[in-house]
Amino acid sequence: MIEVRPYARDDAGAPPSLFPDYRSTVLRAPAQPPVRAPQTLTETTGPGGSWERLMGPALADLTSQHSGTPIGQRIVVSGRVLDEAGRPVPDTVVEIWQANAAGRYVHVRDQWDAPLDPNFTGAGRVVTDAEGRYRFVTVRPGAYPWGNHNNAWRPAHIHLSLLGPAFATRLVTQLYFPDDPLIEIDPIANAVPMPYRQRLVSRFDIATTMPNWALGYLFDIVLKGRAQTPFEEDHHD
Amino acid sequence: MTDLETREPAPRQDNRDPALFGQTPSQTVGPFFHYGLPWKGGADLVGQSEMGARPDLFAEEHWLLNLSAPTGTPQGAVIEIAGRVLDAEGAPVVDAMIEIWQANAAGRYHALDDDRDDVPIDPHFIGFGRAAVDAEGVYRFRTILPGRVPGPGNSLQAPHVAVSVFGRGLIKRLATRLYFEGAAGNDEDPVLACVPVERRGTLIAQPRGEGLWWLDLRLAGADETVFFDL
Ligand SMILES: [Fe+3]
Repeated sequence: MIEVRPYARDDAGAPPSLFPDYRSTVLRAPAQPPVRAPQTLTETTGPGGSWERLMGPALADLTSQHSGTPIGQRIVVSGRVLDEAGRPVPDTVVEIWQANAAGRYVHVRDQWDAPLDPNFTGAGRVVTDAEGRYRFVTVRPGAYPWGNHNNAWRPAHIHLSLLGPAFATRLVTQLYFPDDPLIEIDPIANAVPMPYRQRLVSRFDIATTMPNWALGYLFDIVLKGRAQTPFEEDHHD
Repeated sequence: MTDLETREPAPRQDNRDPALFGQTPSQTVGPFFHYGLPWKGGADLVGQSEMGARPDLFAEEHWLLNLSAPTGTPQGAVIEIAGRVLDAEGAPVVDAMIEIWQANAAGRYHALDDDRDDVPIDPHFIGFGRAAVDAEGVYRFRTILPGRVPGPGNSLQAPHVAVSVFGRGLIKRLATRLYFEGAAGNDEDPVLACVPVERRGTLIAQPRGEGLWWLDLRLAGADETVFFDL
């Protein structure tokens, strides 16, 4: 008999699938509630330790991937990947992708009139260390317009993708910057209720900032942890 | 003396504040993930093709992602699994990304948290794959027919593949499973048993010719795919 220790479900900060202000959710959000089933080995396992074999070597410096230096404000983005008990999640892959300093993606479907930067792709990937730490060097992405409604602009953001220890801990999210007034009027960020939306906002940090070189931002990422045992849940005092 | 070098602005409340600390909320993958996530070969868990990538969506000089290189031939029956991703009106979703996670042919996960020593790891099979859908909204993986994995208590699960759906308009990952029509154990699978009988068919791939299993993922609307609460 196999004992598995399940992972926690969504907490109060989780956004709904349907958020009509974000128009694309209307035809894509499931109408039926998700079905609850027991977690099994399938949900409590993941491909940890195989990142390099799957995805190739780390790409931690997005400013040195081409022959020249990208335009824009150079930044360091760093932090820790933790579980809900505050324990580090070591050896897990963090993938990022973003627009350039002008807010333009290298993607062919991004057709707005801001310049491409031949020296910037905007894709990176690192694996956390034993303390769950990760660190990227990049440029601060620009805000960009999108078609959700008239005069809609996405706040500057970096897309992040984490697998964590298990299928159950998979997370794709976005990092925002603390000085950006667009966050509070952005439908995608607003799908997350306050105060939990603040969990998506990075912190300017003087200790991460590098003299004469780059501003530093801290962003800790918290993945689902192992659920409490029924005994702990039933314990009242 | 004030240490000018370590002065810093008072932070806004964020996830480093103990009062707010908790799960980082999910956000959509958006429409522009193709140069950042689906590496070449990410959808081929068996061979060395470039399945899963979309080199048509950005310039060649921005290919930074790996070509994954399996180390040898995995044990088991090679299959393809494929299907359309459809919205509430039945229209194809052309900017979705699918991930799979599955056991090897012997029913063992290539994972630290599967510590059974009576079932062998296959050194040539990891069991994780990622694919961008194509221009028609079709996902496609080449993989191995998974073996059976234990479920709760003394139960045994039917062969299945765990599936994650991401895309523009999906604020959260949608988690589902793919089973195989006619496979041993479908009638007693402990997870399928949690699904209302009339909806189980949305999880069961149908054979379509040699080695191909087809399962459409209907995000909403008629015959909406069952998604699980994780
Ligand atoms: Fe974006």
